[in-house]
Amino acid sequence: MELNDEQIERYSRHIILEQIGAAGQEKRLSSKMLIIGAGGLGAPAGLYLAAAGVGAIGIADMDRVDLTNLQRQVIHHTTDIGKEKVQSAADKMRAINPDVNVITHRMFVNAANIRGLIRPYDFVIDGTDNFAAKFLINDACFFESKPFSHAGILRFQGQIITVVPGSTCFRCIFDAPPPPGTIPSCSQAGVLGALAGVLGSLQATEAIKYVLGIGQLLTNAVLTYDALTMQFRKIDIARNPRCRLCGKEPEIDELTDEPLPACDLRGRKTHERAANG
Amino acid sequence: MKLTINGQEVDGVASNTVTDLLVEQKVKTPVYVSVELNGEILDRNQLDSATLKDGDRVEFLYFMGGGQWN
Ligand SMILES: [Zn+2]
Repeated sequence: MELNDEQIERYSRHIILEQIGAAGQEKRLSSKMLIIGAGGLGAPAGLYLAAAGVGAIGIADMDRVDLTNLQRQVIHHTTDIGKEKVQSAADKMRAINPDVNVITHRMFVNAANIRGLIRPYDFVIDGTDNFAAKFLINDACFFESKPFSHAGILRFQGQIITVVPGSTCFRCIFDAPPPPGTIPSCSQAGVLGALAGVLGSLQATEAIKYVLGIGQLLTNAVLTYDALTMQFRKIDIARNPRCRLCGKEPEIDELTDEPLPACDLRGRKTHERAANG
Repeated sequence: MKLTINGQEVDGVASNTVTDLLVEQKVKTPVYVSVELNGEILDRNQLDSATLKDGDRVEFLYFMGGGQWN
């Protein structure tokens, strides 16, 4: 697609970058990205991808905005409390950039629906908040040959991994979620709001690099960030030949849902629920 | 014995196995940790038997959800 005058102005600070240019911006306007989870990671990722002029952005989440989200989920405002997160996020992305086609998917992702969900997209951002969803996204992207960005945040620390077909996958590193009996009681873990901004922005960076084909992706490595010591470390991780998903003798040949307890604000175990953003 | 643990040189390590090292390094929730020894991810059932020698590089990689489970 050809850029019009307004688009040339809007994206001028990207177009001026040697590695992007007008051709890169046009490429981006025709790309489709999916963000699973409109939370702490999905918020900055969604805002930056919309601002950057990604053609279509899918956003999947089942939750509604609540007051405890606002400390870090910067795409949602106080006036959005009670709204569907996908709607709240879509409103902000459209407000930033009317060029973007935002597609809302109000759903819990699960083994039955995730492959169909991700299939039309070029790149997937895992912005979910639980182990079950993270394994599900890894496995679904493997079976659908989709590149994705994994990130996790906890307290003052975060990590991010980019997985493309043929590179080290999440299961190469973490074989399976901890068995349910070994999970400590449901105590609430805090997280620094700005940390989510760092990691979610890194995920958006990887997504944009992927569609433009520029730089080196964070594949076959984990980048860890410690906000207290201000240390970023990149740890090389080779593909694991014993990986049960992508190894030499794979055992996983279909998607399964990993049930995990959810926790309420006071750290009590609540209902079992499907993986969700 | 001197090891490099998460990029930092640590002197005077007494543990002979990775399982003991997790205790010695006071890793609170070992079930949430995956261990890379000299560039290779260890299976969970190798942690007891994997022996450490001077100069080994060890990385503790933590599961991180989104802050929902501790
Ligand atoms: Zn793998």
